[in-house]
Order: sequence, then structure tokens, then C-alpha cells
Amino acid sequence: MPERRTILPLRTGLLFLAPAAAFVVAFIVLPFFWVAVVSFTNRSLTGLGALHPHFVGLTNYLRLFNPSTFLQPGQFGSSLLITAQFVLFSALIGQAALGLLLAWLFYRRESWVKETVQTLAIVAWIIPDVVVAFAWSAFLDYGQGTLNHIVTAFGFHRVDWLLGVPVLSIILFNTWRGTAFSMLLFSSALGSIPPSHLETAEVTGANAWQKLRDIILPLIRTHIVTDLILITLWTFNTFTPFLITGGGPAFRTEVVSILTYRIAFKYFNFGSGSAIGMIMMLINLAFALIYLSLLRRREGTR
Amino acid sequence: MRLLRLVVTRAAFYAAAALFACFFAVPLVWLLFAPFDARANLAVRLPHPFTLANFGKVFANAFAVRALFQNSIIQAGGAMLLVTLLATLAAYALSRAPIRGKDMLSYGLVLFSSIVTGTAAMVPLFLLIYSLGLIDTQLGVILVFTGGLLPAAIFIMRDFVDSIPRSYEESALVSGASAWGMFRDIALPIVRPGMMVVAVWTFVNVWGGFFVPFILLRSPANMPASVAIYSFYTEGGTPIITLTTAYSLLYTIPVLALYLFVNWRYGFRFFGGIKS
Repeated sequence: MPERRTILPLRTGLLFLAPAAAFVVAFIVLPFFWVAVVSFTNRSLTGLGALHPHFVGLTNYLRLFNPSTFLQPGQFGSSLLITAQFVLFSALIGQAALGLLLAWLFYRRESWVKETVQTLAIVAWIIPDVVVAFAWSAFLDYGQGTLNHIVTAFGFHRVDWLLGVPVLSIILFNTWRGTAFSMLLFSSALGSIPPSHLETAEVTGANAWQKLRDIILPLIRTHIVTDLILITLWTFNTFTPFLITGGGPAFRTEVVSILTYRIAFKYFNFGSGSAIGMIMMLINLAFALIYLSLLRRREGTR
Repeated sequence: MRLLRLVVTRAAFYAAAALFACFFAVPLVWLLFAPFDARANLAVRLPHPFTLANFGKVFANAFAVRALFQNSIIQAGGAMLLVTLLATLAAYALSRAPIRGKDMLSYGLVLFSSIVTGTAAMVPLFLLIYSLGLIDTQLGVILVFTGGLLPAAIFIMRDFVDSIPRSYEESALVSGASAWGMFRDIALPIVRPGMMVVAVWTFVNVWGGFFVPFILLRSPANMPASVAIYSFYTEGGTPIITLTTAYSLLYTIPVLALYLFVNWRYGFRFFGGIKS
């Protein structure tokens, strides 16, 4: 690196940094350790647990992982399994695959068709949670919903989306909701590929699928990894399905974020809620570390 | 043969594009029609009879009006000002001051903020706001949103600041400007597009945010629109469709307007962090 003149003296720089640092320490670093501490207590909002929380050791964790209840509906294990399905099908398969497909479909095309489809996807992505939740509750309604109108128009039987196949419903919803991010990321990745790479392939007579598999995908590999990890993190932590299903029927769509909410803020059992929160944060940490190590390895090879 | 293939490819392209357009648009069509329908139900249909009375009834609900035109604006606007100001200062320092390990710091920030997030972070954040005595205050909501959004905002801003040539500031230094004066007169005007992007991004995030105010606020007088929308429910707990959809539309318009503004002014694309 060339020798550069210092523009901002260290002391002034730290002064500029201080207010943001205070916020980060108070609202991100401190809560991380706080949740760990609370998860070993019986802290609650009201009653004895609020005034004099006791240290209860691993009780909260042992209850979460109690083998006899672990996989029962409404319990931690069952919730984790639902979350895994939700993340796998709506984020990794739904959003990422559809996003890639859309980016590829409109690659090197500038037209009103591209503008229209991309804008619609972006609108689905940016409008407020409660609004999309209303729209989807109506869309999936058994008797009057648009989706069942479409299904019956094609000669099929009505489907009871929210009661019969609730997990499929929130997977469809989350795919619809979040695809725009992957689409935009992959579009910008495709835009960075030098055209000469593809022209060579065209001369040798490669078809569209071969070009995608042999040239495009390897070139945007790091973008794909970035995308997969970010949407996994977001989908793992999202609370929005609650606004459509409330976690039901009978806990069947209770992903871990909804379980945490129920334990911590409906029952006000902060100790147990913190234990779940702690495990969620550790899972987040694992995702984030994988992401950062991949990111750094990429920079190392450059 | 070649012509046939071209026609088939084109047709397949348009069919696929139409299918995807429908996939994204159809779930929202109901939301466009129902607010103008005097007898709206959950089905999509042209408004019949067409009416604007639903909006009149929404405006007659003082609680919901206050939520939308006062509380949501205070909370989203407050967080927007705080995040933009603090992120700009911090990003400028991280870019221009000789702080040791500043890249590690940036990484650590992103790492931590992607861990302490969502519902899991809400338990300790609730306890923090509780012990600060800020439960059921708009300030509490603003602080929690600011803390959560700052790391990403700093990341975006730093990318902007790093892309500015240092020569302007260097010549200002030669002519004897103070650090603060140089920041105010030289750097701020140049990073303004970045600040706009961060401001809009923060505003839209807080405006649409449901969970934080839902957990931290108690009294109706403080609720933002995202929570107040549930006031258009019957006693039995089902939504009054004409009013919820009319309110939804009013509540969504600012987000769409900001999107159109950013798209027109800067082009809607990715900044910082996620580029190549």
C-alpha cells in the first residue's frame, strides 16, 4: 500500500466512531452475553421469577432437549425440524433457484418485460410484513381465495392451504416474498461476467444449459455462496409466517422464531426463551462464521 | 429450421416471463381492488359498487390515523436520522482515520449483527429496554431499531466513503482546514448519495417493522401503523376487510413512493458488501 497522508487524526476518528460504537455495544454485544446469562436462570416478567430470579443451571436447556418430549408438537425438536424444512425449501431451493432462473432468463436482455417482472418481484419484497401477510391470508383462503380459484379453474379440487398443507403454504409465501434479493444479487453477478467468456462458448456451439453449467455457474460461485448463507440466516430468523398462520394449526408451522416468541413473550418465561434464543444465536454464529471464512478465503486467492 | 427454433425460444421466453409476472403479481391484486369495493370479501373481483367510503372510515379512526401519520413517522424518521448520522460518522472514521484493526472491526460488526438478530435477540433487548425504563416509549423502539440497523448501514456507508478519492480532503488539509470543517464542507457533500440510500433503507425497514413495536409497546397511543392495522378487527377477531385493505394501501404507498424515488434517482441496485 502506498504511503498515504493521514486525513483524520486517530483521536478525531475515535470520536467520530464513539456514538456508533456505544450503540453497537449496548444493543448487539451486551444482549448476546445477557441472553446467555438469563438462559441459566428462571427469570420471568411477573411473579417471583421477576423479583428474584434464581440460577437454575442447565435446567432450561435440559428441558428443551428432554428426549421424551423433544419431537412432540410445540416442542423444540419438532420446531427445529419444521424450521429446517422451511429454510431448505423456501430459501435454498425456492428463493435461490428461482432468483437464479430469473436472473438468467433476463441476462443480456433489456426490455419492458424484464423491467416488469423484476419490479413485481421487488414490490413483493419491499412492502411491509403485515400487508403481505393480509394479502396472503386472502390469497390462500379456502372458500374465496384467489389460489383456489386458479386451482379449480384448471379442474383440480380445492386445497385447504392453511389447515391442510400449512408448511407448504409458508414455504410458497417465503419464496414469493424473498426471491427478489437473490434475483438482484445474481443479476449483478451475471452482469460482471466478461462477454468474451460466453462468446467463446457460442463459437464452439455450446447450448444454453451447457453455458450455464460450464461457464456461468463456476464464475459466480462466490455470489451463490454469499446468497445462500444470507438468505439462510434471514429465513432462519424470520417471524413473518406468524402473521399468516400464528404458528398453527396445532404448532405445525411453529418455526423456532415463533417458538421463542411464544415461550418468552406469550408465557413471559424469559429463562426458557433465552435458552432457545441462545441456541438460535449459536446456529446464526455457525452460518456467519462459514460465510466469513469463505469470504476471506476468496480474498486470499485474489 | 433456424427460424422455427427462434420462434419457439421466443415463445418460451415470453411464456416463462408471463408466468413469473403472475406469480409475483396475483397475490397482491386483491389488495388493489378490495379497498375500493363497498362489499369486499376475500375474493378478487372488480370493485362493485365502487366506493371511496372505506378510506373515509379509516380516516375516522383517530387511533389508526395517529399511528400512521404520527407514530410510524416518528419511529421511522427518528431511527432514520440516528442511523444515517451515526453510520456516516463511523464509516468516515473507519475509512480515513488510522484505527488499528479497523477491517477486523468491520468484520466483527457484521458477524455480531447477523447473530444477534430477530426474535432471539428480542429477549435480551426487551430486558435492556425494560431496565432502561423505556418500555412503551417510542424512544425505546427507535433505539432498538437503530442498534440493529447500524452495522449494515456502516458497511454500506463505508463502501461509499472508500470510493471517494482522497485528493479533495488532502488539498483541504493543505489549505489548513480543521478535521471537522473538512468533514462538513468536503466529505459530507460527496457522500450525500450514500446517506440518501442509507436513510431510505432505514426508513423502509422501520416503517415495515412489526415485531419490535409489537413487543416493546403497550399503549394504543404509541402504536405504529404495522400494529395499529389490527384495530380494524371485529370483536370476534376477524378483519373488517374493507378497512384493513384500505389502511394497508395507505400504509404501503410511502414504501412504494420511496422505491420509485430511489430507482429514478440512483437506480435500484446493490451497494457495498455484496458486490462481486
